[in-house]
Parts: sequence; C-alpha cells; structure tokens
Amino acid sequence: MIRVQNITKRFGNYPALHGIDLEIQPGEFIALLGPSGSGKTTLLRIIAGLEFQDEGHVYFDGQDVSDIPVGKRNVGFVFQQYALFRHMTVADNIAFGLSVRKARLRPAKAEIKERAQELLRVVQLEGLGDRYPGQLSGGQRQRVALARALAIEPSLLLLDEPFGALDAKVRKDLRRWLRDLHKQMGLTSIFVTHDQEEALELADRVVVMDHGRIDQIGTPEQVYMEPATAFVSHFVGETNRLPDGRHIRPHDIEIVTAASGRGEGQLLVDNVFRKGGAWRVEGRLHGSETIVEIDVDAHEPPPGIGQTVAIAARRARTFALAEEA
Amino acid sequence: MPSMTTRKASWRAPSVLPGFGLTFGFSLAWLSLIVLIPLSTLFLKSAGMGWHAFVDVGFSSRALTAYRLSFGTAIAAAFVNAVFGLLVAWVLVRYEFPGKRVVSALVDLPFALPTAVAGIALTALYAPSGWVGQYLDPLGIKVAFTPIGITVALIFIGLPFVVRSVEPVLADLGKDVEEAAATLGANRAQTFARVIFPAILPALFTGFALAFARGVGEYGSVIFISGNMPGRTEIAPLLIVTQLEQYNYDGATAIAMVMMLVSFAVLFTLNALQSIRRRRLGA
Repeated sequence: MIRVQNITKRFGNYPALHGIDLEIQPGEFIALLGPSGSGKTTLLRIIAGLEFQDEGHVYFDGQDVSDIPVGKRNVGFVFQQYALFRHMTVADNIAFGLSVRKARLRPAKAEIKERAQELLRVVQLEGLGDRYPGQLSGGQRQRVALARALAIEPSLLLLDEPFGALDAKVRKDLRRWLRDLHKQMGLTSIFVTHDQEEALELADRVVVMDHGRIDQIGTPEQVYMEPATAFVSHFVGETNRLPDGRHIRPHDIEIVTAASGRGEGQLLVDNVFRKGGAWRVEGRLHGSETIVEIDVDAHEPPPGIGQTVAIAARRARTFALAEEA
Repeated sequence: MPSMTTRKASWRAPSVLPGFGLTFGFSLAWLSLIVLIPLSTLFLKSAGMGWHAFVDVGFSSRALTAYRLSFGTAIAAAFVNAVFGLLVAWVLVRYEFPGKRVVSALVDLPFALPTAVAGIALTALYAPSGWVGQYLDPLGIKVAFTPIGITVALIFIGLPFVVRSVEPVLADLGKDVEEAAATLGANRAQTFARVIFPAILPALFTGFALAFARGVGEYGSVIFISGNMPGRTEIAPLLIVTQLEQYNYDGATAIAMVMMLVSFAVLFTLNALQSIRRRRLGA
C-alpha cells in the first residue's frame, strides 16, 4: 500500500502542494487529474523520489521512504518525453536498469538479454531490439520507455502524462493497450493527466487536483456524477453554470414544450451542430448573457438557430459558496 | 502502380526548401575562392618541382622530425583540452556561481589574443627563471624550449574549441534522461559514463578535431616557447617559414603539401566517423 501523508511542497514562494493525503491500495490504477499548475506532476515526482517534500511523509507498505533516494525506491517511471537513451539500442535501453545493478545482484548477461526480449514481446515491439530510439515512432518510443521501466520489476509504476506527446489515434490505441496490460500485470500504477477522458477511461480511482490541493478522490462514476466541488464539476466533463447557482451537465437539460408548463427558462438558440451521437445546442438564457450548452438526442430534430425554446433541468447540483472557485 | 508519378532519378533528394541550386552554387564558389584555389596553387607549385626534389625536401629527416613534433604535440594538446575543456564546459553549464560570465569570457580570450602575446607570456612564465619555471626547474622538469612547452602553448590556444563545442550540447541534454537513469538505479558514475558521456561524445569529438587542427597550424605562440632547435623543437610551420626566408619556395611548398595531406586525412577520418555514428542513431 502506498500512503502519502500531509505532503507540502513550495518552489520558492510558490506553493505547489498543501497537505496532500492519499492512500493507494495494491494493484490499483490511479489517475492524478488536474490542470497545469495543479501540482499533480509534483506529487508524482515526490512519490518517485525525484523531488523532495518540505513536510509530510511517503510510505511504501508502511515503510517511510521519504529519505530513500529514487534509485532505491524500486519505482518504474515513464517520462512524458520518453527520456530514452538515444545512443543505445532499444534492447540496451530496456536492459539498462538491470545492467547497472551491483555485480552480486546483476543477472548474467544472457539472462538480461533474454529479459529484454521478453519485455519487447510484452510491449509488442518484437524484432525492433536492434533499432535506435531515433528510428521509432512516438508510440513505439513510449512503449520502449514503459518496457525499460518494467524491466527493474518495480513495485510501483508511475507515468507522467504518458500519452501527452502522441496524436489522437495512437493515444487511444495505446490507452486501451495500457489498460489491458495493467489488468494482466496487476501492478500498482499512478498516472498524471490533464485529460479527463483519459482519467475516466483508465483509472480505478481518479484524484482530481487543483491549486495544490485534492478536490475529490473517487471512482470515475463518482467524480463525474457526484462532483464534490464546482471545480470538479467543470473540469471533469462539461457543466453549465446558471445565474441561480445551479450546475447542470449539457445532457441533463431538456427542451420542453411551452404547453407542458415545465419550462424553467427561455433559451435563444445561437448555434446547433452535431457532436458525436447528439446535437449540441448553444444559446443564451433569456434575460441574461449566460451561455448554456445542451445536448439533444440526435434522433430528434434540433431547434433552429434564432429560435427561442423552453428548457428544464433533469438533474442539477449546487455547491456551497466556499467551494465556488 | 499506374497512378504514381515516377520521379526522375536525381543526385539530390527532393526538398521543399527552395534555393538549393543558388546556395549550393554560392557555397562552392565561396569555398573555391577561399580554400580550394589557394590550396590548388600549392598542388601546382609542388607538382612543378618533380617527384625526387619533392621527396628530398618534403621527407628529409629534418622535415620528418618537424612533422612528428607538430602532429604529436597537437594531438597531445587536443587530448588535454578534451579532458579539461569538458570539465570547464561542465562547470559553466551545470553550476551557477558568482563571476560565471567572467569565466565564460576568459575561455574565449585565446581566440582574441594575438598568439605571439600568448607565446611570450607563456615563455616568461615557464622559462627556468620564470614564475612557474623556477619551481619546476629544480624538479628536473623543463617546459620552455622543449616539446612540453609547445604542448602547453597549443593547449592554451585550443581550449576554447572544446569548451564551445561541448557547452551547447551539454546544456541541451535533457534533465529527464539523467532522472530516467536515476530511477533505473544507476549511480552518478554510471549515469555519467553510460548516459551523459556518450551523448556529448560527438561534440567532444568535434572540439578535439578543431583543437587538433588549430594546433597543427599554430605558429605565433609556439615559436617563442619552443626555442626552435632544428631536429628537436622545430615545428613544421616554422620549417616552412625558414624555407621561405631562404627563398626556397619549392621546399616550403613541399613541406606544406605533406602537412596539408596529413591534416586533411585526419580531419576527413574524424568527420567520417561522426557521420557513421549519426546515421546509426537515425537522427
């Protein structure tokens, strides 16, 4: 079990983390989700031992590792820009962690080689062991970086924006592949992302961070359906904020007929476009300049631009004022 | 493949960057004017003197000794510069300290200083009665007027080449690569030897080659500290000047030819090694 207790970190005068507490169960896949500057990468680097906290403790299985250097924590770390060793072949990159071990802990040369081949199979890059990183695509490089991190048989895998530098299609494939890999290996893993879709798709639990604090820890379902703060509601998924203080998801607003008497407000439609399986209707609330977005089932005809329609909320949330960021 | 247009085979790869013809032509013209034409007169001049005369002067025992001295000291100096230049570059890139800009400017000084000034200053320091020489002399170490002195002068003038070649590459080397090595359990020595050093090796190579080339051709600073004893501390460029002073232009050209060919061979080999390496990395 990984336990993070009351971690505080400042960079000069800039407070990066305030009193972070977090517990991670063995085998969990955790996403640290937040905008840039939220402290998510700093927290990951502190857990890895690449950065040191000003206050607080990090425990691995009950042992305080706060003073243990990164090389002895036995964590696999995958860097955003891969950080591969360009002058080494792919196989040598993967074998690096084993080959720098002290002589008495170091496997025999043939064994290291075999282990590298095995990992190449795991990351589906068989036969590319003799290439250099410069000869691989971005997605392939990222998998080499992952294989290199796995080679040391880490007790914890940390990934910093692992798909950040890849294009959309590769990212999606790699995401699915990583989820399957995690299922097979059951290795406790933490990844940092600013992409809520990525976090919701991959993680067992999502840790939503903002301004160096944790806003919410929960399953993707909880974080999306029951956001703890206005920030979470707006950062995870889309949310309309109405003048009366209610926060409503676009798919939780329906267009109703004036005759039904359920209309809560009038919307002047500015724009309608297809968004995947739904119509996205954008408009301004009558009597204010508040912009409201609504998802309408694509099987139904959308309202015309310039039309005024009556709308009603199916489901809305309000947050205490202190939480309104 | 009927729809595919076949491209005329060409010795240059198609490129969207315009102006290849113009810039390439200009480069060739410029190189010819500055490098090739002066050097080809060397060829023509020595071709006119006949093979025997050429060998007699170009490979006389005095000339051979001078080559050995020139190339030997230049290589030694380039090696010393590679080691200490790397150290200086490392310090300049990795650490912040008061006076860093001053130190950085000092590194370039050998570029700007008239070489004769450097030679005279070094001679004054290392002569048996000089500031440094007076302590070395009782130990039996003679610097001025020996090949060691020549090497010292060449180290002085060659230092900036290594520092300035390595510095940008070292600065560019991502912090994450070192961090990756650390997470994988490598200690500092392993990280340096297996990750950092191989990454800056090409730049170090370039710096070495430049320092070597500069050292081979150096004249001004060496003639003061070497003592210029024929057969002992007479460098090849000095031998050329000596021939010129005796109006033996053919002799001077012959020696220059040999020097040029050896230098070109060395630099060409270094460049070829570099490009093989680059191709291998797929970069």
